[in-house]
Formats: sequence, C-alpha cells, structure tokens
Amino acid sequence: MRKNIGLTIISGLVFAFLFIPLLIIVITSFGEGSTITFPISGFTLKWYQNVFQSETFTASFKVSFQISMIATVLALLVGIPAAYALSRHSVRGKKLIKGFFLSPTVVPGIVVGYSLFQFLVISLRIPVFQGLLFGHFLISLPYAIRVIGSSLEQFDFSVEEVAWTLGCSKIKAFFKIVLPNITSGIFASFMLAFINSFNNIPVSMFLSGPGVRTLPTAILNYMEYYYDPTVSAVSVLLMIGTIVLMLLIEKTIGLSSVSK
Amino acid sequence: MSFVNLTDICVSYDGKTNVLDQLNIAMEKGELVSLLGPSGCGKTTTLRVIAGLIDTVGGKLMVDGRDMTKIPVHKRNFGMVFQSYALFPHLTVFENVAFGLKLRKLDKSTIEARIKEVLEITDLTPYGNRYPKQLSGGQRQRVALSRALVIQPKLLLLDEPLSNLDAKLRVNMRTEIKSIQKKLGITTVFVTHDQEECFSISDKVAVMNGGEIEQYDTPENIYNRPRTEFVARFIGFENFIPLTKTSDNHYLAENGNAFQVVKQGDEEGTLATIRPSDIKITPTNGESRNNEIQGQVLVRTFLGNSYQYDVETSLGKMVATGPCDKVHQSGEKVTLYLPEQKIVLV
Repeated sequence: MRKNIGLTIISGLVFAFLFIPLLIIVITSFGEGSTITFPISGFTLKWYQNVFQSETFTASFKVSFQISMIATVLALLVGIPAAYALSRHSVRGKKLIKGFFLSPTVVPGIVVGYSLFQFLVISLRIPVFQGLLFGHFLISLPYAIRVIGSSLEQFDFSVEEVAWTLGCSKIKAFFKIVLPNITSGIFASFMLAFINSFNNIPVSMFLSGPGVRTLPTAILNYMEYYYDPTVSAVSVLLMIGTIVLMLLIEKTIGLSSVSK
Repeated sequence: MSFVNLTDICVSYDGKTNVLDQLNIAMEKGELVSLLGPSGCGKTTTLRVIAGLIDTVGGKLMVDGRDMTKIPVHKRNFGMVFQSYALFPHLTVFENVAFGLKLRKLDKSTIEARIKEVLEITDLTPYGNRYPKQLSGGQRQRVALSRALVIQPKLLLLDEPLSNLDAKLRVNMRTEIKSIQKKLGITTVFVTHDQEECFSISDKVAVMNGGEIEQYDTPENIYNRPRTEFVARFIGFENFIPLTKTSDNHYLAENGNAFQVVKQGDEEGTLATIRPSDIKITPTNGESRNNEIQGQVLVRTFLGNSYQYDVETSLGKMVATGPCDKVHQSGEKVTLYLPEQKIVLV
C-alpha cells in the first residue's frame, strides 16, 4: 500500500508539472492587462474577440487547415497502398524502402525544412501554397505508412486469400475485406499525421511566403512583435479543438484503438 | 483421366531450388485425399498451388478435364478452409457465408435458401447473427467450412483445419467433415501432419517429404506396407535391420541371423522394418531360430496399456512393446521374435 501512495504522489506531481502551465495559459487568456501576466487582473473576453478579428490568425488558420487536410489525405492515398505493398509482398530492399519512408521522422525537422526550401523554392520555384503542401505531405507520409503498416501486420492475410478463393478479385478484396479491417489504423494515422502537420513549425517556416503562412508560424511571428494575451487565447482555442477531436474519436472508435 | 490431375508440378520461390519438384497426383471424383508429412515437406504448398495462391514454374493442373494452371484464384471456384479459419472479422456468420454467393450475383431468395441449407448441415442455424469473435473454436471452424461449401465448389481444400482445436473436438470435427464430404460427394484435399487424423478421414493418402511424394496409397496400405524408409519412420516403424538376400523370401542379417519374410508384392528392398507392437518379446530361450534376436532389456517405459522395452541386441537397439501382465525387468535377457508376416521390406 505504501508503495502505491508513493506512486500516486509521483504521478500526481508529473501530472501537475504537465498540466499547470496549460492551466496558466488558459487563465492568462482572460486577463485584462495588455501583456501576459500571472496572476491576472480583471476578466475579459476581448482577446478571443481579437483572435477572430485578426486577419493574421483567421487567414493562417485557414491555410493551416487546408494544408494539413489535403496533405494528410494525400499521404493516406499514397501511404495505404505503400504500406500494403510493403507488408504483403517481399519487395527487394524492403528495409531500405522502409527506412527511406521513415527518414523525415529521423532527420531533424529543421534539416528537412531547409532542404525542401533549397529544392522547392530555390531550384524549382514552386508556388508557396503548393510548396507548403508538398512539404507537409512529405512529413505526413511516414505516419501514414508506419501506423497503417502496423495495423496491416496484425491483419491475417489468409482472410484476404479466402476472399479470393470465394471469387473475389484482388482489387475488390482489398476494398471489401482489407480496408474495413484496418479502419482504426487509417483513422489513427490520419489523426497523428494531421496533428503533426498542423503543429509543424520548421518545415512551414522555410516554405512560407508572402501572404501564405500557417497558424504556428503566424503565432510565432505575432509573438515577436506583440506579447499580449491574444496568443494565449489562440492556444486555448487550439486546445479546445484538440479536445473536441479526441472526444470525437473516443465516441466513434475509442481512444485505445487509436493508440494501439 | 482422373478428376484432378497434377502433372510434373514445380514450384520455386527463389528461382534456384524447387520447393515442389515434378509432383504428380491424380484424384478421383468424390475422393478425400490427404497430404501427409512433416512441416516443410511441401504439403501446404501443394494445396496452395491447387487453390491458385502460388504460381508454378512448371507442370499442369487439370480439374474435370479443364486446364486450371493459368486460371486466377478467384475464377477457380474451389472452396478453401485455412488453418486460422480466416473468417471475415467485420461480418456476421450469415454475411461470412453469403460473401461468395453475393459475388455470384444470385438473387436474394436463392442466397438465403442456400445459406439456410448449409448452416443446417453444419449445425450453425442459431448463430447467423453472431460475429466471429463471439464464437468458439469449433463453431468458427464450421463457419469456415460452410463458407467454403456454400459456393458449391468443384474442389474442397482444407489446410490443417483441425490443428487449432482441442483433442476431443478434433475427433468429433473430423468425423463431421468426413460425413459432410461423403454426403455432398465433394472431391476434397486435406492437408495434415497428424497421421491418426489422416488415416481416419482419408480415402487416399499422399505421404510427402522434401517436395516429393514418397507414397500415394490407401491409408491401410500406407499403415501396413510403407514403401520407403521415410514413410515407415513417419508412421511409427521404429526398428530397422539391413539384410542381404540369400534366396526368395530368405534373408541374412549382418550378425548371421536368418530372417524369413512374407512379401506382399514385388518388394526389392533389403531393409527390414517392423513396428514395436508387432515384435513378440519373451524371456530368453538360449538358442536363436529364424526371425529371432537375443538381447537384454535396457529401459522399460510404461505406456498405459502396455510396456515399451528398449532392447540391446547384436543388431543394435530394438524397440518392442509387451503386455502388462508379463513384465520384463531391465537387465533381463530376452528373445525378440519378428513374425514373418509383420516384417516389411523397404
């Protein structure tokens, strides 16, 4: 029992360490002062109003949402067949290919961002939005392949083979038998890739251009000039968004199946 | 021409070594043929070749007078049951069984009637709305069987379908499979490594080793008259004595012991083999007559309905079993008598 009490105290402390800064941000977002201070004096919602009125934040949110959404969907469209091929067939140099697909998670983000900048912006002169999209697609792809790959690994392929023997063509069997059984993996990889892409700074920073920037870079940029609770308000809104997303997952397929 | 003909089938995974080497089997309509052998002998590979899940590098597969070698798996219309049952986890029992029928574009009432009929045969009528994970092992097995049968396949292919069941259920299920198979008269290939299971269910058995068929015969003949040393060892012959032929039916062992053998056919082999249970073990009588070996008991093991004796003889170690009412002590000198009808030459 004593051991349990010790454990409870430690986990309580860890939780507090992680949670209190978030709580402070929530509180500061309601402060009346024009800089972020804690404890706050007075209560106001004007910073939230400020967020929605600020062209910087609304525009960059739109960009971020579009980029992350399209990049993640593209990553899934490429990642699902790739993960399937990698787990189903004994491809020559399988390890190398797997390593290559996972490299963006191994290589530091700043290096990925810089090399994409060199390649896409300097050499190819690709428009800013498309460049950003490509960069985000690239950082999302490993998540798609990794997570879907691991759920394919748990899938018994004789289930697919039996569908063939029953008269199902290979393509049809993939859609009717394989896909329905890896939906939780697809959903999980979508969430992970989307959140990762939405929060990404290094790649976005290098690839942003005039008028096109993602929300995190916009926040960073804003903070360099103004240190007011608008930033706290944006953070709180992002937290709420994430919580709603998580609740949605919990309601539909259960969090445990995503983290599996 | 038989109903199913595999002619010179060759399979290679790496292009260099053959997993199956010039394999030939013929099956008659309505037969249940088992492929028996240790793991890695190529029996599952053979089944997968018939199913169309593995491409051959040579040879021909004919079924019902039609060349199936190049027909893709989904157009063969062979029902298959996998070792893991491979039920569709996201579909109910009814939907699992309906899967193959829906692909055949049959009308709804025909589909329902056929499913109803097959679920009745396999005793699954009350479970139509359940999902696979809500079923016991035996029930899942029967769903897999129903799903394969409902498409009225030309061939039924069973890949170790009983190995995941517990011992008692396994015996029940194999009788059930046999009776369903006979009732529907469906030609069936059954892969197993369990010889008891194989003998009890099959019309014919192909014993496989290293990608080749060692012997293809009725279960009785395989059990009593193995043709090769591998088959003999695999089905429980434990004593092997090299002989030299002196005249018809008369042979001499290395130590000068004379053996008489009753041949069943034209066996040319000179390696005599006999099951432990066919050797008669008695206290020593001093002199050696034909088909007798003197020896000394090394180890005695209790088997339940008998004792097994490891006996040291001048022809090496022999294994014999004896009844429980006449016990020999270890160290005791005994005579082993090898009845001439029970000796098999391989």
